[in-house]
Amino acid sequence: MTTKPQAARAARFVLAGWTRPRPGHWVRPLAFMAPALIGFAVFFAYPLGALVYYSFTRYDLLNTPVWVGLRNYAFLVAQDPLARKAAYNTVWLVVVITVLRLIFATGVAAVLARIRNGAGLFRTLIYLPALAPPVAATLVFTFLFNPGTGPVNTVLSWFGIQGPLWFSDPAWAKPGLTLLTLWVSGELIIILLAGMLDVPGELYEAAGLDGAGSLRRFWHITLPSIAPVLVFGVINSIILGLQYFTQAVVAASVASGSADIAGSQRVIGYPDNSTLTFPVWLYQQGFHYYNMGYASAMSIVLFAVSTVFTLLFVHRLRRGAHAEGMA
Amino acid sequence: MRRIGVATACLALALIAGGCGAVTSSSGTADAPAANEKVSLSVWSKFSGRELGLLQKALDGFHVKHPNITVDNRGSQDDDKVAQAIRGGNPPDVAISFSTDNIGQFCSSGAWQDLKPYITRDKLDLNQLPAATRTYTEFKGARCAMPLLADVYGLYYNKAMFAKAGISTPPKTMSELFEYAKKLTVFNPDGSIKVAGFVPTIGFYSNHVQMWAANWGVQWKGQDGKSALGTDPQWQAMLEWAKKFTDFYGRDKLAKFTAGLGQEYSPDHAFEKGQIAMAMDGEYRTAFIAAEAPDLDYATAPFPVADNKPELYGGGYTTGTIIGVPKGAKNPGAAWELVKYLSTDTAALQGLAQGLKNVPSTVPALQDPTLQQDEHFKTFLEIFASPNLATNPASSNGGAYIKTAEDFATAYQGGSVPDLKAGLTKAAAQIDADAQLGG
Repeated sequence: MTTKPQAARAARFVLAGWTRPRPGHWVRPLAFMAPALIGFAVFFAYPLGALVYYSFTRYDLLNTPVWVGLRNYAFLVAQDPLARKAAYNTVWLVVVITVLRLIFATGVAAVLARIRNGAGLFRTLIYLPALAPPVAATLVFTFLFNPGTGPVNTVLSWFGIQGPLWFSDPAWAKPGLTLLTLWVSGELIIILLAGMLDVPGELYEAAGLDGAGSLRRFWHITLPSIAPVLVFGVINSIILGLQYFTQAVVAASVASGSADIAGSQRVIGYPDNSTLTFPVWLYQQGFHYYNMGYASAMSIVLFAVSTVFTLLFVHRLRRGAHAEGMA
Repeated sequence: MRRIGVATACLALALIAGGCGAVTSSSGTADAPAANEKVSLSVWSKFSGRELGLLQKALDGFHVKHPNITVDNRGSQDDDKVAQAIRGGNPPDVAISFSTDNIGQFCSSGAWQDLKPYITRDKLDLNQLPAATRTYTEFKGARCAMPLLADVYGLYYNKAMFAKAGISTPPKTMSELFEYAKKLTVFNPDGSIKVAGFVPTIGFYSNHVQMWAANWGVQWKGQDGKSALGTDPQWQAMLEWAKKFTDFYGRDKLAKFTAGLGQEYSPDHAFEKGQIAMAMDGEYRTAFIAAEAPDLDYATAPFPVADNKPELYGGGYTTGTIIGVPKGAKNPGAAWELVKYLSTDTAALQGLAQGLKNVPSTVPALQDPTLQQDEHFKTFLEIFASPNLATNPASSNGGAYIKTAEDFATAYQGGSVPDLKAGLTKAAAQIDADAQLGG
């Protein structure tokens, strides 16, 4: 007896000209995919599998790992206050960087999109900081924001403003890092600019004829049109925040006055562990304290959080694209 | 047939000793190569540029003594790279590390070979090494490294500023240091600091807890092997002193002042620029000053000690460069000969010490007329020879316990810890918990 859905499926196959595949039909596509598959297996699947295994072991990088069950995860949750501090710092950076980066990049891109004369020059100038290597950019930034000798506080003092201690004050170190991240967000600005320039001009013309002003056109035409690019910007900023490392280490080293030993355990997190991010603490545990099993458990947690955020936003992206297609 | 026999014998030896060139004796040591046996050694260190050249000179001296052994001298190799090479099964024959933080891990994991059998076999007298340097080259009975030059910390003070303030001798106790600093500090009309007598901020330049600890006579571990932060009253005394010192300047005022000072290893160093009157620093600062501020009118002395521990005066903190033979080294017998030469040969150590401006790490090598004639440097030779020379204990998780102690000290100094005793007890518990994670 054939049920209705089975019959419907069979009818669809016949209509689509479906035939039973020949034996070995998968060899050719697999051969074409082999380089990517091998790369995936060697550089992602195996390391991820190894990481999961090591996260349940005591492993010092040199001797055979010893199985300890959930001990590393229990230590992470209950016995490591610095991991909690590092997680807080990372979440702070993720939230603040994502929000401000999106607002800043969208604003700058909107201005750049309206510039007619010298557009190339302005786009180049805005993108230029993104080309600076992270270490060099952070060094320059920390010197600019030096509370004693930096030009930023000097300029603020001309207006009677007492500048903060920036990277030497636990309350201002993360805002300082956020400003640095905004300064080098040229890539996102260029991507958003491309999205804005891609919005059909007729939409603006029609809205103009209906009496819509600049703000309404931006809100009702530009933003919905570039929504997929904005979602990409959100994902990109979240991952940037979750992986925040180099700038935090360099800023801490420079601000503590020990720039030559960047990454040394004496200076990470300066001041008062306010710049200690989750990846920095993870690296410190794995490669300086030789707790690679524990560092693996921390990596798994970071990976899980990144994956959840990414899946969430990819799902949102697809839903948005689907809704756009339906419209 | 004969060739096959030789090859078979060689293979058998290789299986036993890890290679035809490294014959292991019953004492667990590899023999030094015979005089007619050509051996090539690789040495990895973090030295670079001029300093790598100075090491090469010392290695040339070794080659003169052992013409059959050639040495490949590779610089810019840090502990991470050496550890990776050991894991990969292709380590150097000899490794030189700039840090003593990892000695616990090197010894306990077997990453660096135990040198005790070699020392016993060659009847090497370890009494030529001060006790502190012996401490930072071994862990739980395993001696997996030898000291190769040392850094010793003392007091640098600006003589011109001392004279202006009417002070004729360096401070000997922490109370004197505080009082002198008050006299030497100069404020701007707006109340900001122009010249600091002494910057007490923990984490600033060489102000690290392990370095101060030597002069306060604090204990890191109790009899039970657990952290003594919560039980040794000297910890409390040291941090209360640091807090009082900070409050004299004002936390924010001091933070703004230190943020504007030059980096520790730059020509803008605050002591070299005359922005601070007294500082704790290593013997290597004498070389920086000679090169970057030759006109600076300064002197050196042992760092002051806790008021209740006057007997400690003359000593201080030491750490240094260490040298060892990694696990899997292809020529361990020849490697040991090189380790022995670099760590105990008086002429080799003195040559390196003169070039690098570090303290030679054996007692006989301290008697170097060239090093002794520099009054600034001589202070550090004397501190090194003092019975009160001290270092921090090795641990199997690197410097994790130092970070915990320093983080707590910084938090207390910044005013965010209301109960010092309870906080120290909590920090001690954290140190013990961290030790359990890797052990």
